[in-house]
Amino acid sequence: MVVHTQTPRLEKLRRGVMELYISDHPLDCLTCAANNDCELQDTAAEVGLRDVRYGYDGANHLGAAIDTSNPYFDFDPSKCIACSRCVRACDEVQGTLALTIDGRGFASMVSAGQTGDDFLSSECVSCGACVQACPTATLQEKAVKEIGKPERAVVTTCAYCGVGCTFRAEMRGEQLVRMVPWKDGKANRGHSCVKGRFAWGYANHRDRILTPMIRESIDQPWREVSWDEALGFTAGRLGAIKAQHGARALGGITSSRCTNEETFLVQKLVRAGFGSNNVDTCARVCHSPTGYGLSKTFGTSAGTQDFDSVMHADVILVIGANPTDGHPVFASRMKRRLRQGAKLIVIDPRRIDLVRSPHIAAAHHLPLQPGTNVAVLTAMAHVIVTEGLADEAFIRERCDWDEYQDWARFVAEERHSPETLEAVTRVPAHDLREAARLYATGGNGAIYYGLGVTEHSQGSSTVMAIANLAMATGNIGRPGVGVNPLRGQNNVQGACDMGSFPHELSGYRHISGSAKPARCSNRTGASRSIPNPACASPTCSTPRSMASFRAIYIQGEDILQSDPNTHHVAAGLKAMDCVIVHDLFLNETANYAHVFLPGSTFLEKDGTFTNAERRIQLVRKVMEPANGYADWEVTQALANAMGLGWNYTHPSEIMDEIARLTPSFAGVSHARLEAEGSLQWPVNEAHPDGSPIMHVDGFVRGKGKFVVTDYVPTDEKTGPRFPLLLTTGRILSQYNVGAQTRRTANTVWHPEDLLEIHPPMPRTGASRMVTGCA
Amino acid sequence: MDPGRLTYMANQIARNLAAQGAAAVEATCQHLRDFWDPRMKAAILGGSRAGLDPIARAAVERLV
Repeated sequence: MVVHTQTPRLEKLRRGVMELYISDHPLDCLTCAANNDCELQDTAAEVGLRDVRYGYDGANHLGAAIDTSNPYFDFDPSKCIACSRCVRACDEVQGTLALTIDGRGFASMVSAGQTGDDFLSSECVSCGACVQACPTATLQEKAVKEIGKPERAVVTTCAYCGVGCTFRAEMRGEQLVRMVPWKDGKANRGHSCVKGRFAWGYANHRDRILTPMIRESIDQPWREVSWDEALGFTAGRLGAIKAQHGARALGGITSSRCTNEETFLVQKLVRAGFGSNNVDTCARVCHSPTGYGLSKTFGTSAGTQDFDSVMHADVILVIGANPTDGHPVFASRMKRRLRQGAKLIVIDPRRIDLVRSPHIAAAHHLPLQPGTNVAVLTAMAHVIVTEGLADEAFIRERCDWDEYQDWARFVAEERHSPETLEAVTRVPAHDLREAARLYATGGNGAIYYGLGVTEHSQGSSTVMAIANLAMATGNIGRPGVGVNPLRGQNNVQGACDMGSFPHELSGYRHISGSAKPARCSNRTGASRSIPNPACASPTCSTPRSMASFRAIYIQGEDILQSDPNTHHVAAGLKAMDCVIVHDLFLNETANYAHVFLPGSTFLEKDGTFTNAERRIQLVRKVMEPANGYADWEVTQALANAMGLGWNYTHPSEIMDEIARLTPSFAGVSHARLEAEGSLQWPVNEAHPDGSPIMHVDGFVRGKGKFVVTDYVPTDEKTGPRFPLLLTTGRILSQYNVGAQTRRTANTVWHPEDLLEIHPPMPRTGASRMVTGCA
Repeated sequence: MDPGRLTYMANQIARNLAAQGAAAVEATCQHLRDFWDPRMKAAILGGSRAGLDPIARAAVERLV
């Protein structure tokens, strides 16, 4: 059969359709924001439309009011051709189903939410998928209207969450006009969320500090100085402190928002320059249990799957994560799989959106008492083992059989049964049993977890308990299964990979160097071994221990806001002789700083980020740094002010050094990333093209290790004096401490933090549950 | 270093590893060896062991 798509008859029909469209369309092309970027305009030209026989005086929509309620885009119904693309984008790509075509025939109109809603008051989550799909200027970014049509574009990687979406940063001159999700991006597959798509205004916010500042003591006002003076002042102070108190009096905190190359340089500065292992990163208080737990059980400190894997999952178990708010672009893919029929188990004290949303309903929601993760997972293991649901063939082939038997005996004890533990977990035993059976027997089982696991007591034990479940059921080593930590910040995986912990060099090589000498190479090839772990984060020190800790270099993290126990952190910082804050804004930590070094945004630098699926992606400079220097250049300048003699001319040279020192990055280079788009570590001789899925033929550590994980109640109990149980959660429009998102129009959705108070639960007596936001 | 805090932390580690039975002492010791700052190790080695649970105490003694 031959199908003809271009015939005189078809051309006439097409022209007729276009004629009808144009008869009810504003003829304002020259002043329209979508001029030359409009499919309606292009198609009218393609079909040769030269005249509209019907005139323009008939019934039309030209007077329809424009909905300007959304802070980032307008909806102009007069330009709508009711093609339904926006509705389909919302349904099929985003999965929110906020849009519909209201009315029939000529009255058909795109509508957000219910009658009377505008875009802002509707369920629309402002992901931008509808705007991207719109063929006309009906849904149009306000920035394009205000600034004009972009002239050039640079593909780069988002600096918000750990999904690692790639975007086309569309520019007009040196001004960013819009961020459009890149269809070839392997993490986001052309989708975006409100933060990455629209909330980039912080980059040029008036609060940004662009000039270095110093002060002798924190009770003095800041004094703006030149870069040379600031760096000289800083190097002098650090040198004097080192001379007086020794190398261990100095430390640094790397940033999970900065690039791999920048993070690597900060830890190198601490180790090779300061001379200590006093380096730490935000993962200390978020996903260090992931590093520990997965390293112990599987042999690597990272998730096992790529994001695409979720499309092969039959049962999805989400524990301690709220993907629709924390990792929305990945959540959209997860929801698509759920709409296709995959089953969902949610283990969370809160009824997160995934539990029940349009066309999605969790098969099981286990609303556990906060702090009882290990008990719930051990009870699930009890069911799997005692009901004979374990995958013995997989375990015998891939895991240590003796360790499995020890573990199986442990979990099979009656004290771990769902019925016994119900008093602790408050999860109905029957529901828990059904959930365990579903995970073990429902086909490909994939576990996704977040800070509800790792930022709790027994975080490491919970991660190992999760790994135990996956191994016991054979859910490792192929698409659709696995253990998947949803990492928080854009480069928190990379920051961990780059040796940001005191006990590890890049690639998780322990500094004791039992296998190979722990090296902290400089450019001349010299190596030094630093045998002891140390600690830089005030969180893991006591105020008294801070007496021996006199100086700290903090890049891109507001530890006073993000670390627990603010008073504790403040006391530690206040006790120091030199606090150097390297950031975009004068954050709360800067109240205790002696030096402020202006930072650069992700738009102003080259480098790489590594996302939650171990995907290394290029960050490309789309504009010159407003502060004059990219962050890696500032760190290098500080190193050189201390006499280290670094001479990197581009971040690609730093990555080359990382590749030389880090086995899992051996095959990574900027040139390769440029050619291939992205690579998932390990990239080495055994895996030259990277590793989308890990542990395919065997675990990195050899045999998978079952670790016995006993539930240990938290010391933080409720009682008459502290009657409230507090826990944190995610908010779609906000990110981390809000340094970025609170300087954007995202505050429209979340003007202030709120405590959500659960109604008193009769069964729990005085205990109440209150949820804050983070 | 606050000796009381270090004792509390060592006991927490030991409690989490106690279910490993005979391996618990070595696992606790290895944890302290791998992850504790030298100042923390020196402080717990030099301090009173009165508040340490049996597993934690044995681990600290093995740390010497």
